[in-house]
Amino acid sequence: MNSVSPAGNAAAFLHRYAGLAERLPGASVPAVRTLRDAAAETLMAAGLPSRRVEAWRYTDLSPMLRAEFREALTPVDGDVELPTARAERRAVFVDGRFRADLSSLDGLVAGSLAEVIETVAPRLNTVASASQPMVTLNTLLFEDGLVLEVPEGTDAGRVELLSLVSGETAATVHPRHLIRLARGARLVLLETAVSPTGSAHLHNPVFEIEVAEDAVLTHVRVQREAESAYHLAHLGVRVAEGGTYDGFVLNAGGKISRSETHLALLGPKAAAHLNGAQLVAEGQLADTTTALDHAAPNCASRQTVKTVLSGRSRGVFQGKILVRREAQKTDGYQMNQALLLSEEAEIDSKPQLEIYADDVKCSHGATAGALDEDSLFYLRSRGIPADAARAMLVRAFLQEAVEIVADETAREALDEAVAGWWAQHGEAA
Amino acid sequence: MPAVEETLDTVRDATQGAYKWGFETDIEMEFAPKGLNEDIVRFISAKKNEPSWLLDWRLRAFEAWKGMEEPRWPAVTYPPIDYQDAYYYAAPKQKAAPKSLDEVDPELLKTYAKLGIPLKEQAILAGVEGAGESPADGRLPVAIDAVFDSVSVATTYKGRLEKEGIIFCSISEAVQNHPELVRKYLGTVVPHTDNFFAALNSAVFTDGSFVYIPKGVRCPMELSTYFRINAKSTGQFERTLIIADEGATVSYLEGCTAPQRDENQLHAAVVELVALDDASIKYSTVQNWYPGDENGKGGIYNFVTKRAACRGKRSKVSWTQVETGSAITWKYPSCILQGEESVGEFYSVAITNNHQQADTGTKMIHLGKGTRSTIVSKGISAGRGQNTYRGLVRISPKAKDARNFTQCDSLLIGDLCGAHTVPYIENRCLTAKVEHEATTSRIAEDQLFYCRQRGLSQEDAVGLIVNGFCREVLKELPMEFAVEAQKLLQISLEGSVG
Repeated sequence: MNSVSPAGNAAAFLHRYAGLAERLPGASVPAVRTLRDAAAETLMAAGLPSRRVEAWRYTDLSPMLRAEFREALTPVDGDVELPTARAERRAVFVDGRFRADLSSLDGLVAGSLAEVIETVAPRLNTVASASQPMVTLNTLLFEDGLVLEVPEGTDAGRVELLSLVSGETAATVHPRHLIRLARGARLVLLETAVSPTGSAHLHNPVFEIEVAEDAVLTHVRVQREAESAYHLAHLGVRVAEGGTYDGFVLNAGGKISRSETHLALLGPKAAAHLNGAQLVAEGQLADTTTALDHAAPNCASRQTVKTVLSGRSRGVFQGKILVRREAQKTDGYQMNQALLLSEEAEIDSKPQLEIYADDVKCSHGATAGALDEDSLFYLRSRGIPADAARAMLVRAFLQEAVEIVADETAREALDEAVAGWWAQHGEAA
Repeated sequence: MPAVEETLDTVRDATQGAYKWGFETDIEMEFAPKGLNEDIVRFISAKKNEPSWLLDWRLRAFEAWKGMEEPRWPAVTYPPIDYQDAYYYAAPKQKAAPKSLDEVDPELLKTYAKLGIPLKEQAILAGVEGAGESPADGRLPVAIDAVFDSVSVATTYKGRLEKEGIIFCSISEAVQNHPELVRKYLGTVVPHTDNFFAALNSAVFTDGSFVYIPKGVRCPMELSTYFRINAKSTGQFERTLIIADEGATVSYLEGCTAPQRDENQLHAAVVELVALDDASIKYSTVQNWYPGDENGKGGIYNFVTKRAACRGKRSKVSWTQVETGSAITWKYPSCILQGEESVGEFYSVAITNNHQQADTGTKMIHLGKGTRSTIVSKGISAGRGQNTYRGLVRISPKAKDARNFTQCDSLLIGDLCGAHTVPYIENRCLTAKVEHEATTSRIAEDQLFYCRQRGLSQEDAVGLIVNGFCREVLKELPMEFAVEAQKLLQISLEGSVG
């Protein structure tokens, strides 16, 4: 297919693939080649989504499609400055490549995807769907990723996944992370994505996460990349009987950032939490999109997503809950709230219920509005200066989502990110 | 779950006969040839003796329609419609005005009687000369405009309304007698290029109601239009235009039925409402088109565009709908809240039983300062029915202090049906406040138990609970309609007890 000259809005990515095909991991593994070629064909035919595609109606990718990206050229052993570690075990990715020298994965069944590509090839695109545009793009170009297995009945404790895009060139990085928890296993995965100010890279991570029977995964993502960056993440998650996926996504960076989670509850009494917060400032767009599939009876899902908008910014929330016919006794709850701090901010939200089972309890709620004048007045009347009062109310608004996170270290990381954002943008707001 | 078993059983043997408006009237009709082309558009326009500007408008709409595609986004499925295989014009043959009821085509009278229209109004509707203008039994009069297939057959209480300066007539009459008003407002709320079905309607609409309430007038009675599709293979394309001038108030009711047939029939209406300063329009619909049989055979495709422009300051439009009929409903009565402090309301009950599908909701577009909107939607799914609420609330940056409250509740009866909620909320104004909440549940066992324990049958208990579930909407209906609507709810759910 390399003989065909690529056209359409994904041409740049297809050109890259044409040039890189032989050097990408798995180039000699037929299964991987087949997947990548199929992705190339899909992109050639359909391109990347425009706003005419329903799932992308609020998030316009055209600024990203106009941007010029280059291959990441950072040396694999160069010095980089890393943020302070939040856990003893840490997997570090620099420009999408695993850095064994900076990582410490003692006692874990974990390592670089590129090294074990032949073994894990059959698992690719089994949890994340190749029909999702960001998965397609990642399939075309993934260069590495974290493979992490937690064996049966093991509590792996806290592990940090750090993604650093160095930002020297406007690179595109497409890591593919495979996380699997066996029966009764436990893990707290704390993920941080950062890049230096001014970096205009594209970070397109795809996660394929499997939570087996009675296993519990806490997955906290803190995305604080440069305000000029593009962050387009896709998480595919499967939870078996009695398992729990407890997720939280903080979108606080990027010119366009989208975190899309597709989660299926496949066994009875499985549970999912898809909480999150978005901090959006001048010139930014943040999008949290989730699709929750209740495919088994007696499952519960909980979702609280909060968005704070300042300056000329845009927040998007799309949350779909599908309850299949067999998913009787489903208990689903979803709440999304937006706080507008400026005249030019916009929030678009689309909560969606699709229900085919009758014995269910599902509800969703959505609100959007400014800071409550009465609350401000109350604080002012007690001698608190206006700025401090506003800060307090914004923190309180976000706290409702953050405090759901049980892991203390993860909560600290979130608090810190919120405080950092407010220090930078609070005044403008 | 024995209740579910029971539901399945009763759904199987009920339904037939439940639709008591399924009769067909054998009246001599005049048809235009089947199919849709420019000649048909010209034929309809000529038949109605329309001025050239209206013909041009129809032709422009037809041109636009040819280039448009049928919407595929609603959550409904149906086989492709052959637009060339339908009659676009069907009218009862006109004779000289009858002198008394005895001379009226007995079939037409029978129809009215079956529909439950009182004799006095029957006489007027049948066009009997000198038929009374005042209500015979002293009850509150309701002025009725009856639309039979494509044509408005008669309007009652015209004289009484004329005294107040109110114009209530068929839109064909309005084109002849008040062309300036029709030309000024027609297509200004729903343009002829708005969507596939609106464009089709603009090209071939045959009749509908026209209402104009002059400045400062409060309409002394409820205005009502009664729509009926009778002839085979016809589409009904009516167009309703209601204008409430400054300070005017009107309440308008709409009812619809159709005979029981195996084939599907298309109903693509357009309703435009215009409210100027301080005007208020209340538009209530009880939609009871034939829903098809228990296997989903036959029934009406109800693809309707309804939109209101609240152009004036403090104007108000309130939509209330009870949707129990139609095989497929595709309908989003909307409000464009342009005037400062204008108000839009949408109250809806939609029931789908057997194989019915409904994709309905509203759009509230807030443009003016201090505009307010309320949406209350109750969806009930039973049998294999699929019920979708789809709505949009958009607050533009200029709509300072705008306010919206939305509540969508769904009730599921049986495990083969579906209930879906697809709200779009777009807020671009700092001082606006938007709230949305939605719930989906089934009838609680303890509620049923409580009713049964007090001696109510399972069916009555469900009826009672469903009526309670819909109360917020039903209380918005004018009294006569509210009673009818409650009965309809009961009938529509017959056999779906769960």
